[in-house]
Amino acid sequence: MAVRRILQYPDPRLTQISAPVTVFDAALHALLQDLEDTMRAGPGSVGVAAPQIGALSRVVIVDVSAKPGISHHGCLRLVNPEIVHREDEVKGREGCMSVPDFTGNVRRASAIRLRAQDGEGQWGEWDCTGYEARAVQHEIDHINGLLFLDRVVSTRHDLFRRKKYL
Amino acid sequence: MEKTETDDAQWLMLTVVGSDRPGIVARLTEALFHAGCNLGEASMARLGGNFTMMLMVEGTDSAALERLLRPVTDDLGLRLHVDVIQGILHHHEEPNVQVTVHGADRPGIVAQVTGALAKAGFNILDLNSDVGGTRERPFYVMIIDGFVDGGAAVAEQALAPLSTNGIEVRITTLDTLIG
Repeated sequence: MAVRRILQYPDPRLTQISAPVTVFDAALHALLQDLEDTMRAGPGSVGVAAPQIGALSRVVIVDVSAKPGISHHGCLRLVNPEIVHREDEVKGREGCMSVPDFTGNVRRASAIRLRAQDGEGQWGEWDCTGYEARAVQHEIDHINGLLFLDRVVSTRHDLFRRKKYL
Repeated sequence: MEKTETDDAQWLMLTVVGSDRPGIVARLTEALFHAGCNLGEASMARLGGNFTMMLMVEGTDSAALERLLRPVTDDLGLRLHVDVIQGILHHHEEPNVQVTVHGADRPGIVAQVTGALAKAGFNILDLNSDVGGTRERPFYVMIIDGFVDGGAAVAEQALAPLSTNGIEVRITTLDTLIG
């Protein structure tokens, strides 16, 4: 059990594509535990990905259950996660433990079907919506070397001026 | 104690206003770059066809900054203003409520909305507004991001009386996802 140091932008490791997990051993279980401890230690954090602590493995944790009134699946410990289906797009505000003191609006699918292995290698599928879907997409971006900075559409106001149609 | 920019940097707030045209930002920032200045946070917008910019600059004093930029702004027909400010970087406050207001344009919308919010202790962090529609039927749109203890419920309570005045008010919780 350990809270690990979070890498901060522009650390080049945050832009690497992480490798798939092929061995489901004690080292993987320790990584999952460290990720969970690190996420819980980050104030308000609802997820963390292995590359954020310098481990370039396709492992992420998402837990949005502390947010009131949203649908969720508790603490998701995801190994080799993939999004196999996505629906709609909504904009929401995001920040990141690896990108301190900056937040911005990002478009994400509002509903996804997620496929991932657990710590023993068993595959599972989840349908996630809303805030949880956003968190999963944010974390899966990390293992693909992407930060929300790569997707920011606006940092502040949201006045979308229509073109003149008449 | 964490070192902040205010410890060693004297920041200036540069305000530039005038007729918009392509290349203003490039000309100004090139002059600043060649003079060895650093830029901080900035807000630039086209308001009613005017170029407007507020830009944090450090690395020179206000007299030197004016001397440096005056030839550029004179050439572009822009007005220039410099203030010495305390520049606090790396301490953004995160909003928890967004208030969107729209209605037929009439005097007093901003005063009523912001007055009600101020009474509730709402701190405005960002405000943008626009006038849309036609000259005959203008409408007003305003989007405010801010922080208030108690969040959306408190903002809702503060603004509830205004909805009867022909203004549409929408209040959204801003819950920034930290991943």
